[in-house]
Amino acid sequence: MPDSIPQLVDHLFRHQAGRLVSHLVRSLGPAHVDLAEDVVQDALIAALRRWPFDGVPDEPAAWLYRVARNRAVDVLRRHQTLRTKLEVFESDSTALTDDETPARFDDELDDDVLRMIFACSHPSIPDDARAPLTLKLVCGFDVSEIARAFLTTETTMAQRIVRAKRRLRAGDIEIEVPGPKAIDERLSSVLDVIYLLFNEGYAAHQGENLVRADLVDEAIRLGSLIVTRDATARPEAHALMSLMLLHGARLPARVDDEGRLVLLDDQDRLQWDAPSITMGLRHLELAQAGEELSAFHVQAAIAACHAIAPSPDATDWPQILAYYDIMMARFPSPVVQLNRSVAVAMVHGPDRGLETIDAIDATALSGYYLLPATRAELLRRAGRTQDAVRAYDAALKLVSTTPERRFLEKRVEDLS
Amino acid sequence: MAKFTMKFMLAFHDDPRSFDDLTPEQMQQIVQRYNDWAGKLAQEGRMVAGEKLTDEPGKVMRRSGNDTTVTDGPFSETKEVFGGFFIIHANSYEDAVAVSQDCPHLEHGGTIELRAVEAS
Repeated sequence: MPDSIPQLVDHLFRHQAGRLVSHLVRSLGPAHVDLAEDVVQDALIAALRRWPFDGVPDEPAAWLYRVARNRAVDVLRRHQTLRTKLEVFESDSTALTDDETPARFDDELDDDVLRMIFACSHPSIPDDARAPLTLKLVCGFDVSEIARAFLTTETTMAQRIVRAKRRLRAGDIEIEVPGPKAIDERLSSVLDVIYLLFNEGYAAHQGENLVRADLVDEAIRLGSLIVTRDATARPEAHALMSLMLLHGARLPARVDDEGRLVLLDDQDRLQWDAPSITMGLRHLELAQAGEELSAFHVQAAIAACHAIAPSPDATDWPQILAYYDIMMARFPSPVVQLNRSVAVAMVHGPDRGLETIDAIDATALSGYYLLPATRAELLRRAGRTQDAVRAYDAALKLVSTTPERRFLEKRVEDLS
Repeated sequence: MAKFTMKFMLAFHDDPRSFDDLTPEQMQQIVQRYNDWAGKLAQEGRMVAGEKLTDEPGKVMRRSGNDTTVTDGPFSETKEVFGGFFIIHANSYEDAVAVSQDCPHLEHGGTIELRAVEAS
């Protein structure tokens, strides 16, 4: 008699869906992406209807693979034009014999996932569809979940994905990790997609929208795959991994019991995830191989300054400001300048920080609540209470997530 | 281990197509809840057997005189299929209904038919 009820691995279905779709699209060719998705969905439904009666099999991934593969073979047999594809499966009919170790099977599927990640970030896929397509095909998200993750309607997202899939089916996209000549450029767009997923999730980390919180995990999962393969474990990839782990480590401390955002200075540093910090610092070391300096490198270095400071007072702000100066020199943007203003304020006082903010082209950041919110914070520190309240009010008009709203409201309350 | 006085068959009927639009994440949650439900019955010593049936209608045999006919069927007028069954221990219909109450099968349009096994 079992003492405890076995629990499925978190996101098992979602992750296996992505791996099986990747595998089948690679085997059948990108022209048959819809067929791949259909048979995988069928396999998941088969599991849903079977496993309640005889329990979860010992190797759920292998079980799902076998069923999906058999469905694919059935479909191919029924369609005269697709019959040539059958040999794809005949040649890999040994893939799941009993003497095959599950570990090797796992590894092969991971390789297919990596290839699919590159296909989804291919230059012929429109920019705004790359991250959604990755979530759909590689991460096993459904259109409704992706729409929620990107705060858009299901119709809009469905159209975007349909268009991207059309490009994929058109045939000029190989489901392959690019060779040495193209790898640098192609890897950059892959890392951009992963960074976008991470940011979408991180910016909105809150209990009220778990799908978005899942994006952080998905981004780190895809990043881990990339840094464990020789062809893709480039310094820039390690830098992104470092950045995501170091920021991700702080997530547990970012919202208080009442659902309010907690600023870095006020976070309980004991709640930071120590293993993530250790791994993040390790990836930062690995990122230092070679001459390359990406924006991910500098951002990871800044995150590391915060992560290793035992208390807010012990933070090396002059070092952080120096990194922001590098960011402004190499990768300038209004958002970077806004973040730099906080470092300026910490090193040279709030008035100098405010001067830095006022120099930003506000039209480029119109609608961005962090512009007035950061101004408000510095005004508060400068003792300009009336101005601070006005700036908090401006920020409240723009803020969209609940924890951030509650934080701003509390600030206004404390000032009046 | 508690002693139970009766056995019941729980026949699970469902429409396979009702799952078409679920996301992988939703499917996993449902599987986990079936697991929890069946696991709890097992822990209480109630579980006797559980089997999934295939979705085709099956065969019906009849004999008249010396002739045995075998036909496909039984066909149901609805899209529902007899998807599988459990045999469990319980003390009464009330008891069997009570333990089936939190079965996730009921939440997705499925029905559970309970039949008592006649005592020997």
